[in-house]
Amino acid sequence: MRTFKNFALLLIVLFLTVDTFAQIAVKAGKVYTSAGDPIENGVVLIKDGKIQQVGPQSSVRIPSNYEVYEAAVVTPGLIDAHSVVGLAGYLNQPHDQDQLETSSAIQPELRAIDAYNAREKLVGHLRSLGVTTVHTGHGPGALISGQTMIIKTSAQSVNEGVLHPAKMLAFTMGSMLDGNIKTPGTRSKGIAMLRQDLIKAQSYLEKRNSKNPANIDLGMEALADLLEGKFTAMVTVHHANDIMTAIRLQKEFGFPMVLDGVAEAYLVLDEIKASGNAVFVHPTMMRAAGEAKNATMEMAAMLEEADIPFAFQSGFEGYVPKTRVILFEAAMAVAFGLDYDVAINKLTIDAAKILDIDDKVGSLVKGKDADVVLYDGDPFEFLTQVTHVIIDGKIMD
Amino acid sequence: MLGMLFMVMSSSISSAQDKAVAFKGAHIIPISGNPIDNGVLVIQNGKILAVGDANTKIPSGAEIVDVTGQVLMPGLVDTHSHIGGGDGGDRSSSLHPDVRILDAIDPRSDTFRKALSGGITSANVMPGSGHLMSGQTVYLKLRKANTVEDMLLVVDVENNIYGGIKMANGTNPIGSSPPQPGTRAKSAAMVRELFVKAQNYQQKIKDAKGDESKMPPRDLQMETLVQVLEGKRTVHNHTHRHDDILTAIRLSQEFGYKLVLHHVSEAYKVAEEIAAAGVASSIITLDSFGGKLEAAEFSNISGAVLEEAGALVGFHTDDYITDSRTFLRSAAMGVREGMSREKALEAVTIANAIMMDIDNRVGSLENGKDADFILLSGDPFSVYTLVQETWIEGMKVWDRDNPDDKEYSTGGYEVFRGDVTTHHTDGDSK
Repeated sequence: MRTFKNFALLLIVLFLTVDTFAQIAVKAGKVYTSAGDPIENGVVLIKDGKIQQVGPQSSVRIPSNYEVYEAAVVTPGLIDAHSVVGLAGYLNQPHDQDQLETSSAIQPELRAIDAYNAREKLVGHLRSLGVTTVHTGHGPGALISGQTMIIKTSAQSVNEGVLHPAKMLAFTMGSMLDGNIKTPGTRSKGIAMLRQDLIKAQSYLEKRNSKNPANIDLGMEALADLLEGKFTAMVTVHHANDIMTAIRLQKEFGFPMVLDGVAEAYLVLDEIKASGNAVFVHPTMMRAAGEAKNATMEMAAMLEEADIPFAFQSGFEGYVPKTRVILFEAAMAVAFGLDYDVAINKLTIDAAKILDIDDKVGSLVKGKDADVVLYDGDPFEFLTQVTHVIIDGKIMD
Repeated sequence: MLGMLFMVMSSSISSAQDKAVAFKGAHIIPISGNPIDNGVLVIQNGKILAVGDANTKIPSGAEIVDVTGQVLMPGLVDTHSHIGGGDGGDRSSSLHPDVRILDAIDPRSDTFRKALSGGITSANVMPGSGHLMSGQTVYLKLRKANTVEDMLLVVDVENNIYGGIKMANGTNPIGSSPPQPGTRAKSAAMVRELFVKAQNYQQKIKDAKGDESKMPPRDLQMETLVQVLEGKRTVHNHTHRHDDILTAIRLSQEFGYKLVLHHVSEAYKVAEEIAAAGVASSIITLDSFGGKLEAAEFSNISGAVLEEAGALVGFHTDDYITDSRTFLRSAAMGVREGMSREKALEAVTIANAIMMDIDNRVGSLENGKDADFILLSGDPFSVYTLVQETWIEGMKVWDRDNPDDKEYSTGGYEVFRGDVTTHHTDGDSK
């Protein structure tokens, strides 16, 4: 009986799998592949959830059993390089705000996968506006608020579509700590606390690699992983002096890092470039307030000019609107000087590279996941609609 | 009061140019009529002399400005903004009809220049929504000014009225203990009670029949609310949920005051009722719903649904909720969700001027109106279009080609010194 049940289940799974992977051809006036020049009058063939072939309509034969979709413009699925959706819910009530635990300032053991609500409405909102992959998790507001993860926005639970369950540790530097966190009270105290914990983690790591490892400490495990390069530090920071502090800390402990936000990056572009770190640039339309008072709409263009790798993020919003949208933020960056084709790359392949997921997503290349966005016009124009979003070869609602 | 009026008049006279100036070659969107290709706008003494096609008569001796390739439209009117660093009522009460935000405005605030960079030339600057009545609003022309008097848009000279009054319902004014109401019904009861008191005060004035000895003692709260009851001062009512929208309308009908609904997050659910009541809606566009319970079912379709229902609809920034620098984007997002281009443009110009009773002066390019206009690099609905110049009463007040002006559009190191605020929590609630 049990065997029969399992067999039946297997049949259902097989049936579903076959059924949901329709073979699809997307024809478009312009196909941005994020892997070379855009293709005029191109076509993208999708088979079994993967990109099968991309090329001009004149040379790619569309098999007769493929469902054909048409669009003015097609891009790879957009990658939101830093969000809090799934943890910071749209209602903004205590029961749906899981992006920040204020019981202490350093909690690297908090896993994003234990809090991510795949069906949260804002995830669907981002998906409807072209985001197919999101790097999300713990938010700003603590020295180390917790871990982040990377997941497809099509996932219905955290058990599917995860590209990385534990990608980064979310740091915050400067005076942006949540008011409920009483310690540290100053910038320098915060850095002293981080250094002390990282020094402890160095000893912990030494022991962990020895024949007699100490009892497991979840926080130390995470920091040891950071020191070993298994985690990346995502440091949310805006003031130029705090950006330099982040780089100083990185030099002392040698961990991988991405600078996040960086409203005043234009004051220290050479230093950021020399540090070799990538940047998750703040939303172009972020409010010029608080620590980010000196933000400029031209930040993305300036990072590109300085040849610093970066990607777009929706970031964290504490009030209304509850999330921003990278398609809109990138569009505004283009209006304020960023090269158009570069902006498309930043939304796709460049974000994938920074997140180390470019082997799977970020460009329309044979064998990669079939994450494709269809538009009825210039993707950045206010009046253009996203007409379809395809994730892993499936048309989203 | 006469002194204040004199200053307003003298400043506007001294700022105007005597010589006529003709702007030639632009695609002109007059709002009051069809767009004009290769149009001509003639201004003099801070007013519009003529708007028309290439054959429009230009006075001899007029200075000619070639603006070929640009788009010229009226200066934008923002019906709901928190620029200028003002405040409003405090926590001593939830009802502050006597409090004037004009007494707290900083005319040197960099937020005014930020708004100019977004093409905004007139704004209704309001106290927050943390009170049932947080105070009198002020309608400002964003002239370069040393004093707030230099910026006032006088609605009613005789009665000393420079703006409306801010009201709010729903959760923002609700608090945990008095003087704040604890429920929606209590909120409405407190407002009704004060208006009933104002009706009694109004009756005493009528009964006095001009006899000073029989007049009630002066009461600033009552005087303001009598202006509201007499339709001289508009109520700008913050409201989100569909039932709160209808409550705001119900109270306005009971007391017969002029109402503009603000934010109106769920307007799309009660658009027919709003239209039937003849009430205007000043709405916002947002990049996502949520962020507070009352905005959980917010949608950018409200503009289109209100238009369809035949209601007067305009957009506002609620700066800093949305940024004055990207105000035109609101109109575009309205069109994205189904509004007509025509109504969306009206919704950042003449519709808002009507809501503020300043449509005789601003909101469209018509002979005799104030020479408030903006020059755009292209289609007002395109993301790539930037405001190039902003003119108020014949004076260029913002110019993208001037680096000192441009930085207010982009931001940058120490461009914005003041802190932004919505005053949403002035009343100790969220």
